[in-house]
Amino acid sequence: MSYQGNFIAACSTEGYGGEPVPGIIEADELTKTYGGTAAVSHVRFSVKKGEIFGFLGPNGAGKTTTMRMIACVSPRTSGTLKVFGMDPDKNPAEIKQRIGVVPQESNLDPDFTCAGNLLTYARYFDIPAAEAEKRTENLLAFVALTEKRDVSIDKLSGGMKRRLILARALINNPDLLILDEPTIGLDPQARHLIWERLRLLQAQGNTIVLTTHYLDEAARLCDRLVIMDNGTFLVEGKPADLVRDQVGSEIVEMDNTPDVIACLTEMGIPYETIGDQVQVATGASRELAKTLLDRCKTSRVSTRPATLEDVFLKLTGRNLRE
Amino acid sequence: MTSIFSLPRVSRRAIKVWRRNLDVFLKTWKVNFFPPFIEALLYLTAIGLGIGTYVGAIDGVPYITYIAPAILAITVMNSAFFECTYGSYVRMYYQKSFDAIIATPLSIEDVIAGELLWGATRSVISVTIMLPVLVAFGVISLPFSLLAIPLAFLAGLMFAGLAMCITSITPSIDTLNYPSFLFITPMMLFSGTFFPLSVLPLVIQYVALAIFPLTHLVALMRMATLPSAGSLLALNLIWILAATVIFCVISINLMRRRLIV
Repeated sequence: MSYQGNFIAACSTEGYGGEPVPGIIEADELTKTYGGTAAVSHVRFSVKKGEIFGFLGPNGAGKTTTMRMIACVSPRTSGTLKVFGMDPDKNPAEIKQRIGVVPQESNLDPDFTCAGNLLTYARYFDIPAAEAEKRTENLLAFVALTEKRDVSIDKLSGGMKRRLILARALINNPDLLILDEPTIGLDPQARHLIWERLRLLQAQGNTIVLTTHYLDEAARLCDRLVIMDNGTFLVEGKPADLVRDQVGSEIVEMDNTPDVIACLTEMGIPYETIGDQVQVATGASRELAKTLLDRCKTSRVSTRPATLEDVFLKLTGRNLRE
Repeated sequence: MTSIFSLPRVSRRAIKVWRRNLDVFLKTWKVNFFPPFIEALLYLTAIGLGIGTYVGAIDGVPYITYIAPAILAITVMNSAFFECTYGSYVRMYYQKSFDAIIATPLSIEDVIAGELLWGATRSVISVTIMLPVLVAFGVISLPFSLLAIPLAFLAGLMFAGLAMCITSITPSIDTLNYPSFLFITPMMLFSGTFFPLSVLPLVIQYVALAIFPLTHLVALMRMATLPSAGSLLALNLIWILAATVIFCVISINLMRRRLIV
């Protein structure tokens, strides 16, 4: 598969004579309000070419709203937003010509087969019929759906639909992919296939922004990410840096018993209780585990590396949303 | 927020939405071909020949010949109206097709314009299928009756626009039943279709002329199929042209208001 489009994008985003290279997406003070309620409030971010950039957050945090503004389907209320250096309010068609969108909810066309969906979609991008045929075959192979070429959409499994939507998003050889929960509801096999394909696309020079609720997915895929809540960014950074800075490198877990709590309090070690568990974040889990086993009356001490999930829960709390 | 009367920016890309609907239609063309064909046969036989036996002639025209243009006009109305209410609503709400399309270079204005053009095209297709049946019954005169085809497109666009206005504000697919029963059905009966408006009280005649788009279409269709120029030709034509522009413009703006948030 060829991605000539990316070459052009690479040229156009090169800076002149040492000027800072502008990102594929530049947002500043970006705000979206619905009837007085701010869904996204004064956020600022920049996505560089070739990057996988993640938006994480609980339901209602403003992730999808941000995605929709970038995809030129929801006008912003205030602030500035540039995609490929263009304003979504002024040049939506030009921007949309160069992006591929995987929406959260499947909106494949049930009136067509798999191939029919891709061919019809290609026409919206003014792709000539012969070229569209070629890309359709390539993309069906890319997402391992060649055998389902002439099958109608309602005969596909959830995973197949998700893969087909990814293929559809690639029909115009986009420079920027916008993925809203690309692996939602997929089995591990399908998730791995999508991850692998996204990596491949990144290697070919694509820029990808995505939202996800799967924090392992975010940690694995994203070069950089933000954690959002209530329409604002809580933190931004590389996944590993965020874990180290926000939580520490490791977590020690014990049963939540009065003895353990008393013991930790006595030693002055900060801890967090989560249901029947007590967690202590640390940089030296082995030593701490040994100390705790020696001094506290506990039958079980386990250690594990800290993850993005710990960061997420620490920042956004444990209360259920919506 | 822009006014609902402001002129929407529609690009040539609207044709791609029209083409999508045509492709789907052609996939099941055998199923789609028969209803207008059968409908023409049924109406002409039951009402034209059956009831016509007792009616005899209206204004010196045999009854079956009198209702032939009405059958065409009603088909124009139903094809476009139901395409752009139930059909468009299903594509918008259940299939999320509009969402998928506006992620491409097409704007929502292009999508709705494409839907309206397709609604009008459905009217043209239905009328084109019916015409040979009417010719076979010898109830319309050629070549003037061929004017029914361009007329079907224009009036089809009017009914598509009207339908899309309703679709843009309907809370659910069930509430689309109200305009069908309360507006389309009365219009089908009281627009000079199966009997002349002049037999009704003057008030109803004025209401029909003022708010029933079908009244004007039936009048124009009858002029084409008899053929004979009616006294209200200019009024009928201007009414339809104006209504077409107004309905289409408003429907696109209302749809934008509904979908772009």
